[in-house]
Amino acid sequence: MPSLLTPDFGLLFWMLFSFLIVFGVLAKFGFPVITRMVSDRQDYISRSLREAEETNKQTKALLEDTRQRQDEILKKAVADGEKLIRNAREKAMEETEKQLDAARQQMAFLREKALHEINAQVALLSMDMAEKILHRQLDDKTKEEAFILQMLDEAEQLPK
Amino acid sequence: MQCNARIRIFIWLALALLPASLHATADEHHADANETLAIGDIIGEHTADSYWWHITTVNGRHISLYLPVIVRSADEGWVAFSSKRLAHGETYQGFRLAADGAYKGKIVGRRVDGTEYRPWDISITRNALAILINSAIMLTLFLAAARACRRRPKNAAPNKFACAVEMLVMDIEDEVIRKSIGHDYKRYSSYLLTAFFFIFINNVMGLIPVFPGGANTTGNIAVTLVLAACTLIAVNVFGNREYWREVFWPDVPLWLKAPVPLMPLIELFGVISKPFALMIRLLANIFAGHTVMLALTCVIFITVKMGAGINTGMTVFSVLMTVFMSVIELLVAYIQAYVFTLLSAVFIGLSRPAHHVVKTKKIHTEKI
Repeated sequence: MPSLLTPDFGLLFWMLFSFLIVFGVLAKFGFPVITRMVSDRQDYISRSLREAEETNKQTKALLEDTRQRQDEILKKAVADGEKLIRNAREKAMEETEKQLDAARQQMAFLREKALHEINAQVALLSMDMAEKILHRQLDDKTKEEAFILQMLDEAEQLPK
Repeated sequence: MQCNARIRIFIWLALALLPASLHATADEHHADANETLAIGDIIGEHTADSYWWHITTVNGRHISLYLPVIVRSADEGWVAFSSKRLAHGETYQGFRLAADGAYKGKIVGRRVDGTEYRPWDISITRNALAILINSAIMLTLFLAAARACRRRPKNAAPNKFACAVEMLVMDIEDEVIRKSIGHDYKRYSSYLLTAFFFIFINNVMGLIPVFPGGANTTGNIAVTLVLAACTLIAVNVFGNREYWREVFWPDVPLWLKAPVPLMPLIELFGVISKPFALMIRLLANIFAGHTVMLALTCVIFITVKMGAGINTGMTVFSVLMTVFMSVIELLVAYIQAYVFTLLSAVFIGLSRPAHHVVKTKKIHTEKI
């Protein structure tokens, strides 16, 4: 009986034949396809993870930025509002001042005008008085005195 | 509870099978009178190669698959015929199965002058057919998985079958091949994966007791020889200069390598002995597994003569042990494929040393 350790030529032939075919076919169409798919998927997953991290970072930055801008806008709005109010108040005050000034000027003008009129009246009256005094020089003293008093009374009553 | 139930089922199964086995052995005993069962022959017949594939025996009739015999006749060149023509010791076209002698169980031819010779014989024997079937199974499995991978829409999840195959493939590639070889492992990846799954599928198919399983392919020297030869080629043909320098001019004191090349001789012996060990390890493990399983099954038939009580007890024992051994052998099937691949990868890794000069310099300085 052939020994256990004696290789049989026929089986050797068929073994070599089938092993080489299996190896050839699988080395070309089998294992590389499977391992390539795995490595492709590995790449895809790690890339996706990296991208997700990147996106997360970007989102966080964006959020931070937005919050900052929100703060800024709020602050600006408050400042603007205050400024607006202040401006309005200032303007109002200015306007009031202007109106007051105008009123004061008007008043001063009117006073001046009134004084002028009074002065003119006083001058006229004085001239009238002087005329009347001069016309009645020769009359007696008591009558003159009474006349002057009367005139003065008249003058006192007149400008009112 | 569940465990007990399982044991009970085994016992009932064993008892149910008992009458059948008794009947079968009784028939055989009628045929061979007082002859005892030749367990060695039975085991030898099952583990060795054969020109036909015996599937089962029903009522004393053998049901076998007769395989094509392809031999080169001394007179007529290549001839092919069914092995059925050689069954029961018949002679066909000058060929017959040798009943004894150096070629026992093999086809021998008879020349015109009456001398016997062993012809060139590439018959599709049981092991050859089993290898072809297992190769077809392997091709189907991996090509289907590859097809599923290729047809998958970009970046979509693969289907369950492709996932399962991918898991096995990537486990070997990442844990064994890449770790043992290093950066340019891709070059050897296909060979090592083929070797692993070829051995694994053949081992597992050998464990299935019915056709088309049960052939002792990886427990045959011709099969392991081819596998080991492929590793020998992968290691030595693609080994780099540094590897060959280490073989012929290793870093040892000068008197060990010249004028008598003592170390180179040992290194050269190592070149052969490494794949030789691979060949013998796989052969011995699988052959031993088949032998133990067959021996345990034969326990049932040996103990028939010892009375029904002992026979029943031994049948239960045999079935339990065979189940246990089947589980162990399943483990061995994977482990041996793994070990073959791992060691092949390690040898390939050793055939591609790099920066060796730097390493030896370091060692020298440490010594000083």
